[in-house]
Amino acid sequence: MTDLLISPAVAIVLTGMLVGAAGALLGVFLVLRGNSMLSDAISHAILFGIAIAWLLTGATSGPVQIFGAALSGVLAVFLIESVVRTRRVRQDAAIGLVFPALFSLGVVLLNVFARDVHLDEHTVLLGEIGFVWLDQLTIAGWVLPRSVVTLAVILAMDALFITLFYKALKLATFDPELARTLGFMPTLLFYGLLSLVSGTAVAAFDAVGVVLFICFVIVPPAAAYLMTDRLGVMLFLAVAMATASAPLGYISAMALNVSIAGMMALATGGFLILALTFGPRHGLLARRARRRRLTDQPTEGTSSA
Amino acid sequence: MIPLLSDPTLQTVAIGTALLGVMSGVLGSFAVLRRESLLGDTLSHAALPGVCLGFMLTGARSLTALMAGALVTAMLAAFAMVLLVRYTRLKTDAALGIALGLFFALGVVLLTHIQATGNAAQAGLDAFLFGQAAALSRADLLPMGSVGLVAVGLVVLLWKPLKLLTFDPEYAAAIGLPVRALELLITLLVALTVVVGLQLVGVVLMTAMVIAPAAAARQWCASLHGMVIVAALFGAASGVLGGGLSALTPGLSTGPVIVLVASVLALGSLFFAPRRGLVPAWWRQGHRLSRTSSDRVLETVYQLACEHGSGRYRVEEGAVDAYHGMTTAAILTSLSDRGLLEAVEHMPDEGRHWRLTNAGMSYAATRAGRPDEVLGT
Repeated sequence: MTDLLISPAVAIVLTGMLVGAAGALLGVFLVLRGNSMLSDAISHAILFGIAIAWLLTGATSGPVQIFGAALSGVLAVFLIESVVRTRRVRQDAAIGLVFPALFSLGVVLLNVFARDVHLDEHTVLLGEIGFVWLDQLTIAGWVLPRSVVTLAVILAMDALFITLFYKALKLATFDPELARTLGFMPTLLFYGLLSLVSGTAVAAFDAVGVVLFICFVIVPPAAAYLMTDRLGVMLFLAVAMATASAPLGYISAMALNVSIAGMMALATGGFLILALTFGPRHGLLARRARRRRLTDQPTEGTSSA
Repeated sequence: MIPLLSDPTLQTVAIGTALLGVMSGVLGSFAVLRRESLLGDTLSHAALPGVCLGFMLTGARSLTALMAGALVTAMLAAFAMVLLVRYTRLKTDAALGIALGLFFALGVVLLTHIQATGNAAQAGLDAFLFGQAAALSRADLLPMGSVGLVAVGLVVLLWKPLKLLTFDPEYAAAIGLPVRALELLITLLVALTVVVGLQLVGVVLMTAMVIAPAAAARQWCASLHGMVIVAALFGAASGVLGGGLSALTPGLSTGPVIVLVASVLALGSLFFAPRRGLVPAWWRQGHRLSRTSSDRVLETVYQLACEHGSGRYRVEEGAVDAYHGMTTAAILTSLSDRGLLEAVEHMPDEGRHWRLTNAGMSYAATRAGRPDEVLGT
């Protein structure tokens, strides 16, 4: 069993599945709220936190690094909101001002101070999922890949948050005003959600890098949104598609001898195209069929009259 | 300084970055005003697969081929995004994210494919992620300059329709302007800017070059032509400063340095621009509050006391709030700090009350033009 878990293929696919599940779970709420691009901002901004955490503690992994770096994702959200509140810059421009600045600061810090560490900006951008099985932990006699352990803990935290606050999140997503009136504190809840997005992004960046993480957060939930109108079903479908993308991506990457993380991200796109075409009510085929029915009906009506 | 100016590499970098800065300032102004700032983010990430395709098709690292490839995939991403918004229930933010992520993923896959085939010329292809000013050659300036000239020339030629589209798209459509075509043109021009920035800033950070100079310029100017000119200047300044700094420091990626300079300019403008800046606004507000409002609040307390015929009359804070239609607690406290008012306890459930001091009484009476009418205590 242990041998199986540290075999490269299993460790890589498991890491991809965990990144996908954790990202898609949180992404559902971002896509529904119309805030998908905040995941783009957060995942870039954590580089600043990663650089600072490394400079202060020397940590390139572990709870301290994840927590510290996740703070910079939350900082990015806070800065964006502050800039918007000055009413001098609109939200889209505020996002585009804040995250490149934090990301650039992170890259420059790494350029200047971290020349010899594995923390170079290309790893951060593209990930190194091919090597995750090399970094191992021993827990209670079990030898496990570190990324799998970290991501499993993060996924559990994400799932716990969503289970505990399911009703409040649902209300805050679909009717923030009512949620506020009823005392559910949607803003606080949203910050909680974004903190988890940050933490998940930090845990995932080693494996898939900051940009491909966005694919897992946005694409499977968007695909699920085209297939259902129910939040519970959407969560399930998004996680299922994101998880399935990992083995599919791994197999095709091996066959083509290209980036594993890149193929996993592209696999989520495959699911999106399927959902877009065959989605039961919102898919293109279903819409076309409905339109044809609508245009046929009046003719039948007049002939029968 | 003089030897720096005559260094041919630095000259090339300076010309290239100035060109890029002018272009991104001009086009960025339209993107920011049209609330399409993040379109630049999607377009620039989507340029990566194009760079790889351009390389794979020509087998050489010719900037013209890479730029052409990048333009094609960036525009494909824009079309994908528009189609997603128009034909599905997905909103703009999700569509932008999907196009950005999937096109970049494709780029990463193609990049690893090129690396796996082991072509000797592939070295330096990943410099397009973060830009590398030092690798810019004199010959590269020709395609960059021509693209820049065409883009800025189109903006000048189509200034009026573009301006109308930016400020009032419905009116533009009503008077028969080809709105769809003009929107497509703006997207194309932003894509061209991204393409020119490939070598210098890289695909990951081009979005900041589109947004930061324009957002900075917006704080200084109230007219479109003013904003476009100032944005071009800011863009050129950040490009030349950042590009020069990174070309002089080995190991420092160019894109992040240019972006940091542009971000500092934007932050400085946000705080210190004369009319819209935050610091001048705070100063004006503080000034206004301290003089006009506090005098008027004191006058209210005085009038209420007059109406009740006693200078010792205790005025309820809520009544002053209601009279001024705003929360006056801060002003009342500052008046009591100046010794003109004093807070007094009334019934505990009725909230705070205020009473004029003797000094406050004479100050208010003087201001009201009735210095003798100091009410008795």
